[in-house]
Amino acid sequence: MALSTERLGLYNPEKPMQNRLTDLGPRHFWQYFPPIIQSNYGKWKYHEILEPGILVHVSETGDKVFTVRCGGCRFMSVEHIREMCEIADKYCEGYLRFTTRNNIEFMTDSQDKMEALKKDLQGRKHVTGSYKFPIGGTGAGITNIVHTQGFLHCHTPATDASSMVKAVLDDLFEYFQGMTLPAQVRISMACCLNMCGAVHCSDIALLGYHRKPPVIDHEVMDSLCEIPLVIAACPTGAISPAKTEDGKKTVKIKEERCMFCGNCYTMCMAVPLADKEGDGVTILAGGKISNRISTPEFSKVVVPWLPNEFPRYPDVCAHVKRIVEAYASDAKKYERIGDWAKRIGWERFFEKCDLPFTDHLIDDYRLQYDTYRTTTQFKYTEAAWEVSRAAGGIE
Amino acid sequence: MAFEPTEEQKVLKYQELRIYSDEELNNYTEEELKNFKVKHDIPDVDELEKGPWPSFVADSKREALHRKKLAKDRMLIASECVEDLLGQLQVSFDDGETHWKHGGIVGVFGYGGGVIGRYSDLQEQFPSIAHFHTMRVNQTMSKFYNTDYLRCLCDLWEYRGSGLLNMHGSTGDIIFLGTFTEQLEPVFYELGHVLQQDLGGSGSNLRSPSCCLGKARCEYACIDTQDMCYQLTTYYQDELHRPAFPYKFKFKFDGCPNGCVASIARSDMSYIGTWRDNIRIDQEAVKAYIGGEIPPNAGAHAGKDWGKFDIQKEVIGLCPTQCMWMEDGKLMIDDKECTRCMHCINVMPRALRPGADTGCSILFGAKAPILEGAQMSVLTIPFVKCESPYDNIKAIVEKVWDWWMEEGKNRERLGELIQRYGIPKFLEVLEIPAMPQMVTEPRSNPYIFWKSEDVPGGFQRDINVYRAKHKR
Repeated sequence: MALSTERLGLYNPEKPMQNRLTDLGPRHFWQYFPPIIQSNYGKWKYHEILEPGILVHVSETGDKVFTVRCGGCRFMSVEHIREMCEIADKYCEGYLRFTTRNNIEFMTDSQDKMEALKKDLQGRKHVTGSYKFPIGGTGAGITNIVHTQGFLHCHTPATDASSMVKAVLDDLFEYFQGMTLPAQVRISMACCLNMCGAVHCSDIALLGYHRKPPVIDHEVMDSLCEIPLVIAACPTGAISPAKTEDGKKTVKIKEERCMFCGNCYTMCMAVPLADKEGDGVTILAGGKISNRISTPEFSKVVVPWLPNEFPRYPDVCAHVKRIVEAYASDAKKYERIGDWAKRIGWERFFEKCDLPFTDHLIDDYRLQYDTYRTTTQFKYTEAAWEVSRAAGGIE
Repeated sequence: MAFEPTEEQKVLKYQELRIYSDEELNNYTEEELKNFKVKHDIPDVDELEKGPWPSFVADSKREALHRKKLAKDRMLIASECVEDLLGQLQVSFDDGETHWKHGGIVGVFGYGGGVIGRYSDLQEQFPSIAHFHTMRVNQTMSKFYNTDYLRCLCDLWEYRGSGLLNMHGSTGDIIFLGTFTEQLEPVFYELGHVLQQDLGGSGSNLRSPSCCLGKARCEYACIDTQDMCYQLTTYYQDELHRPAFPYKFKFKFDGCPNGCVASIARSDMSYIGTWRDNIRIDQEAVKAYIGGEIPPNAGAHAGKDWGKFDIQKEVIGLCPTQCMWMEDGKLMIDDKECTRCMHCINVMPRALRPGADTGCSILFGAKAPILEGAQMSVLTIPFVKCESPYDNIKAIVEKVWDWWMEEGKNRERLGELIQRYGIPKFLEVLEIPAMPQMVTEPRSNPYIFWKSEDVPGGFQRDINVYRAKHKR
C-alpha cells in the first residue's frame, strides 16, 4: 500500500474510529542495523579515533566498522535528509544513524569506502558556502550543540536557538574539527527555563532568560485561565487574586518576588513574559553527565545576563570563546571544565576567564546555603582585594 | 543473535510507497538555488548563511525552492510555508520576541500526546503557517535508520506537512514541524497503516524512552540498551499515549557510566549499565599503552602534544578510589574498591574492559530546574539483572508509578515527590532497605521521623501517668 495522496488519505472523518491503529510503538531497531552491526552486535572489542570525526570499532571477530561523524542542524528539511539518503545508499548500503547530540553518522565496513565517503562529504557545501556535513565532533573537542526550538517553533522562548547555535559553532568550528582540548566540552542551549534541552549538566550551557515580570492581560484572565492554577504555579507565591476596576476576576503580581521562571505563563496565556529589552542569555558552566573520575555536576551560572543580539550574538560568542580558551590553556589532561574550576577555585576561574563576579551569581533561592563557603581556604584575586578595600580593611 | 520485534515488521520499500517521482524530487538546479530569493525581506536571517557550520537557513531555502517548483496539487500545505517561517523568524528578530501563540489543544483521536498545537500570531502576514502543529514520531532505538524508511517519511511530510523537521527532538523523537489541524489524522493514519509507525509521547505521559548506541557499536555497553528501550516502550504504550500521570515521566537507558544519553540528568528513571565482577585486563595491551604503541583514550587527545603517556599520572593517579597499582610490570586493580567510573577503561580501551557479569543500576528523579531547582537521579537500586522480558524492572516501574499517581501533585515530577516525602518513604514504596550508597554522607541533623511502631510502647501516652511522677 503506497502512501496515499487523497486529501484525507485513509482517514474518514465521518467514522473517526474506523480502522484506527493505535499503540504500534516505534519500528523495531534490528532491521535498521547495517549488516556489519548486526553480525558484530555485542562483540565490539575496542575503538580508535583515527582522526577527528573518524572512528573505527574493532570486533572480536576481527571485523571493523568505520564511522564518519558529521555535524548537523537538528532543524532540517526533507531535502537535506534525501541528500543523506543518497550518500548512505552510495557508501553505506542504505543505513545511517543520528547521535544523541544531533550528529549524523555514516558507517561502512572498509577503510577504502570510508576514505571515499569522507572525500565526498567534505566536498558538499550549501550554495552560500557552509558545509552540509562537516566532519568532526569526536574526542577532546567540541561536538554539536544540542538545543531547543526557539523562535522557529516555541511560544515561550527568551531567545532564539538555531541562530545562536549556528553563530557559536561558526566561532568554535576549529574545536569541532580538532581534538586539542584537555577533555570534551559539551555545550547545550535552551531558550527558556523550561529547558526542553535540559542543559543543566553541560560544560557550557546557554540559556534564554526573561527579566521582566509577566504583563497581565486582565481582559481575558478569567475567561481563558484557571486563576487558582495560575496562583499555584508560582514557586515564590508572588501571584495573588485581584479584581479589575470594572470588577473582573484577575490576578496581581508582587514584582519583587518574581524570579522570571515563566511557570505561570505555561499555565496561562494571559501572563506573557517575553520582552525585547528584558530577555537575554545566561551562561552556565562546569556541569557534566559522565561519572568519569568526578561525579556528575550541575552547571553553575557564570554570566548572569547578556543581550539578545540577533542574529549572531557577538557578546555570547565572545564569552563562550573566552571560557573555552582559558580552559584550553590552563586545564590538565582529562580535566573537564568543572573539574578545572574546582581545582583552581571558582575565584580563579572568574579571574582566568576574565568574567566579572556580581551578586547575581550568589544563590539566594532555595538551597543557597549549600553554596556558601564556610572555610578560610580561599585564594586572593582582584575581586577579594576589592572587598577588603570596600570594607575598610586595606587602603 | 538477533532481537525480535513484538509485532511482525512490514518491510518498507520506498519504490512501492513513494509519492514523488524522481523528476519531482530533482526539480531545481544549483543555479536556480543560487538565484533564489524568498518572498520576504529577511536580512538578519540571510546573515545566518555565512560561516562554516551547516546553515539551517540555506537548507530551508532549498526546501522552499523545491516546494515552489512542485505542482500546487502535489502538496496539501501551502508551498510558501517555509518562506513564511523564515519571514516570521525575521520579524521575531526585529521584535526580539516569539510570534507563536500560547498553546492550542489539538491531537489525534484517543491519544493525549504526540501532537502539540502551534499557531502563528501573525496569520495575516504569514497565512501558510497560521497553523504549524508539531507531531512527535517515536524514533527507532539509538536512531538507526535505513534510507527506504527515511525517504518515506520525507515524502509523507512534504506532502502533508511543511517538509521541515527535527532529527531529533530533545527527548528523542523525530519531530515533524508544521502542519494544519486537518492533516493531523491523515498523517497519523499514513504513519500507522502504511509505515507501521506510531507517535511518541508528550504532555503528562510516559515520554518516548531513549537509549545510547549500546552494544550495537560500543564496547563499553553493559546492557542491551536498544532491546530494553524497545520492550519497555512497546509494553507501556498506554502510558505513552494516554495521560494518566501527574506530569511527564522519562526513561533513559545508558549502556555504561559514561552516560551518553544523559539519563542521570534527564530521566525520572535512569537505567545505567554496570557490572559486578572484575574489570577485564589484557596485560599485554597495558604494556603496549605504557610503551606508547597505542594512543591513550582511543586517540581522543591526538590534536595536542600532551607528552609521553604516563600510566601512573594519567590512570593510576586519577583513579578516584586509588584502587590501582603496578606490580611486577602488571596493572593490578582492587576491584571491590572500584566505583566503576570508567576512567581507566576510557583511557585504555584495548587493555581494560568492563566486567562480564553485567546489569544496570537504577536511579530516580532527575529533572531540569523548573521549579524547585534541578535534580539529578538518586542512586536507589545498585544492581539489577537485565534480561528480556525485563519483568523484574517492570515490577519496579509499576510500584513507582502507583505511588506517584496516588501522591503526586499536579505537575510534580517524581524527583520532587521523592524530596517532598523523603527517601525513606520512597524505599517503603519500593519495598527495599536503605543503604549508605544512596547518600553522599549521612544526615548531619538528628531530626529523624521516628514512627510510633519504632518506639517501645508507641506514641500513645497518658498525661496523668506522666503527672503522677512529675508535678506541674
